[in-house]
Amino acid sequence: MSLIRNPKDFGSGCLFAGFGLVAVVLGATYPAGTAARMGPGYFPRALGIILIVLGAILIFKSLRTTGARISLPTLKPLVVVLGSVLLFGLTVVPLGLVLATVLLVLASSVASHEFRWKEATIASVVLAAFVVAVFGYGLKLQLPILPAFLGGN
Amino acid sequence: MDLLANLALGFQVALTFQNIFYAFIGVLLGTLIGVLPGIGPVATIAMLLPITYALRPTSALIMLAGIYYGAQYGGSTTAILVNLPGESSSVVTCLDGYQMARRGRAGQALAIAAIGSFIAGTFATLVVAAFAPPLAEFALKFGPAEYFSLMVLGLIAAVVLASGSLVKAIAMIVLGLLLGIIGTDVNSGLQRFTFGVAEMSDGIGFVVVAMGLFGFAEIIVNLEHKEHREVFTDKVGRLRLSWAEFKEALPAILRGTGLGSVLGILPGGGALLSAFAAYTLEKKLAKDPSQFGKGAIRGVAGPESANNAGAQTSFIPLLTLGIPPNAVMALMVAAMMIHNIQPGPQVMTSNPTLFWGLIASMWIGNLMLVVLNLPMIGLWVKLLRVPYRLLYPAILLFCCIGVYSLQNNVFDVLMTVVFGVLGWVFVKFECEPAPLLLGFILGPLMEENLRRALLLSRGDPTVFFTRPLSLGMLVAAGLLLLIIVLPAVRKTREEAFHEEAA
Repeated sequence: MSLIRNPKDFGSGCLFAGFGLVAVVLGATYPAGTAARMGPGYFPRALGIILIVLGAILIFKSLRTTGARISLPTLKPLVVVLGSVLLFGLTVVPLGLVLATVLLVLASSVASHEFRWKEATIASVVLAAFVVAVFGYGLKLQLPILPAFLGGN
Repeated sequence: MDLLANLALGFQVALTFQNIFYAFIGVLLGTLIGVLPGIGPVATIAMLLPITYALRPTSALIMLAGIYYGAQYGGSTTAILVNLPGESSSVVTCLDGYQMARRGRAGQALAIAAIGSFIAGTFATLVVAAFAPPLAEFALKFGPAEYFSLMVLGLIAAVVLASGSLVKAIAMIVLGLLLGIIGTDVNSGLQRFTFGVAEMSDGIGFVVVAMGLFGFAEIIVNLEHKEHREVFTDKVGRLRLSWAEFKEALPAILRGTGLGSVLGILPGGGALLSAFAAYTLEKKLAKDPSQFGKGAIRGVAGPESANNAGAQTSFIPLLTLGIPPNAVMALMVAAMMIHNIQPGPQVMTSNPTLFWGLIASMWIGNLMLVVLNLPMIGLWVKLLRVPYRLLYPAILLFCCIGVYSLQNNVFDVLMTVVFGVLGWVFVKFECEPAPLLLGFILGPLMEENLRRALLLSRGDPTVFFTRPLSLGMLVAAGLLLLIIVLPAVRKTREEAFHEEAA
C-alpha cells in the first residue's frame, strides 16, 4: 500500500494549500495595515493562512485514514464539453451566433455514448434557429448573429 | 391589521398582468428543470440572470423565486417516476415515492406530493409575511460586529448541510471568500489577484462561478456514465386520493410543513435539510416503521411538504438580513444587486411593493404549480423521455449565451471553462461546491464588516465577544461546530447523507 491512503483527501488538501499559498505569496505585496486600520492585504492573507492550515490537515489525514480511489472512467466528457464551450467563446464574435451555436452543439454532442451525426446536425440547426429567434430578435441581446464578413453586427 | 394591509398591497402588485405572467414563466421553467435530472435551480437562475436586466426588479425577482420553488414541485415528479432526484432536495422522495410507483400508485404519490407542497407553500407564505417585518426591524439594530458574526454563523451552518468531510467544507467556504474578494478593493482602490487582466478588475462574475461549478461540472460528470432510466410512463394511474389516504397523509403534511418552515429560516437550512429531517421524523413517529422504503404515503407527504416550506422560508434571512442562507438565495442577492437593490432590512421600507409583491406572488405561484403538476402531468412525463444526449448540448448552449450576455464579454465565457475544470476536480475530490458559492457572495461583505467593526473598536478583537448579540451568534456557531464534530451526531449525519447517495 502506498503512502497516500486517501487520495481524495490528499488531492483536495494539496489544492486548498496551493490556493492558500498563491494568496499569501501574491498578497505579500498588498499593504496589510493594522487590525484597526486594515489594509487591502489583511483579509486575503488571513484567509490564505487558514487555507494552508486546512490543506495541511487534509494532507495529514490522507496519510492516516483510508479512502476510496478517485474514479476516473474517462476524460472525454471533460475535454469535449469544456473544449466546445471554449470553441463557442472564441467563435461567437467573429462568426456570429448562428455558426457558433452549430459548432457548439455539434462539438459537444460527441461526448455522449450514443452520438449520431444526423441527429446532432438536426439538433444544431433547430437550436440555432431557436436561439436566434429568442435571444437575437426576442430579447435583443447584443450578439452578432451572422459572421462579420457576411455583414453581421 | 398591518399584516392584512401589507398582504393586500402585495396581491395588488402580484396580480398585475405582467407579474402573473412572469410568475407563470418562473414556475413553468422551475418545473421543467425540476423534472429534468442533471440541471438544478442554481444553474438555471444563473443562466437567466442576464435576461432579467430588461425586466422590472419586482418581476425579475418574482420569476427567479418561481424557478426555485417550482423546481421543488418538478423534482418530485422525476423522483417518483424514475427514481432519480430531478432536484437535489427530492432525493428523499425517491425512497418511498418510487416504491409507490412500482406498486402502481404513482398517481397517488404525485397527487400527495403536489397537495402537500401546496399546503406547505400556503403556510410558509404566511410565515414569511408574519415574521419578516419584526426580524427586519430587529436587524436594523445590527452593527458591523453583529453582521460579521451572523455571517460566520451562516457559513458554519452551511457546513452542516454539506455532505462529506467537515474540513473540506470549511476549506471550500474559505476558498469562496478568497475568490470573492478578487478585483478592486473598495477602500484602497488596489487591484487584488487580478493578474493585470482588465476584465477581472470588477471581480469574477457570480454567474461565471455558479455556471462552471454547478452547470458544466454536472454535465461532465453525468456524461461519464451511461444513462439508464426506467420511466413508468403508462402507469401513472389515478390521481385522485381516497379519503382514507388523505387522512393518513395529512398529519405528515402538517408536521413536514412546520419542520420545513423552521429549518428554512435557519442559515444553512433550506429545502434539502428540511426534507431529510421530515423523513426521519415520520419514520420515528410511524407505528410501523418497516413500511418506510416500501411505499409509505407518509414518507412522500412529509418530505415533500417540508422541502417546499423550507424553500420559501429561506427567503426570510435574505429579505430581512440580506444574508443568503443557501446557494439559490446567493443568486437572488446577485439578482437584486443587478437592479441596484441592496438586500437587507431596509428593502421592506424602501421597496414595500417589491417585498410584499414577491411574498404574495409565492402563494399565486404555488397555486399555479398545483395546476401545472397535476392535470398536466402527462406532458412532464413525455419530457422525461427526451434523451440526455439531446438535452445537454442545449443546456450548454443556454449557459454560454447567458454568460456571454452578462457583460457582452467573451472573457466571461473563457472564465467559466476554468471554473468548469475546478468544479470537475471538486466532484472528483468529493468537495461539495455549495459552501464555496456562499463564501464567494459573502466574501466582500465579510471583509467590509470585519474592517468596520475593528475600526470602530480601534483594533480590539474582543468587540465580537462583548456585544451580546454578536457573542450569541458566535456561541451558536461554535455549538454547531461542536455538534458536528461529536462522534454520535457525526455518525447519524453520515448515515443521512449515505441514504441520500444510495
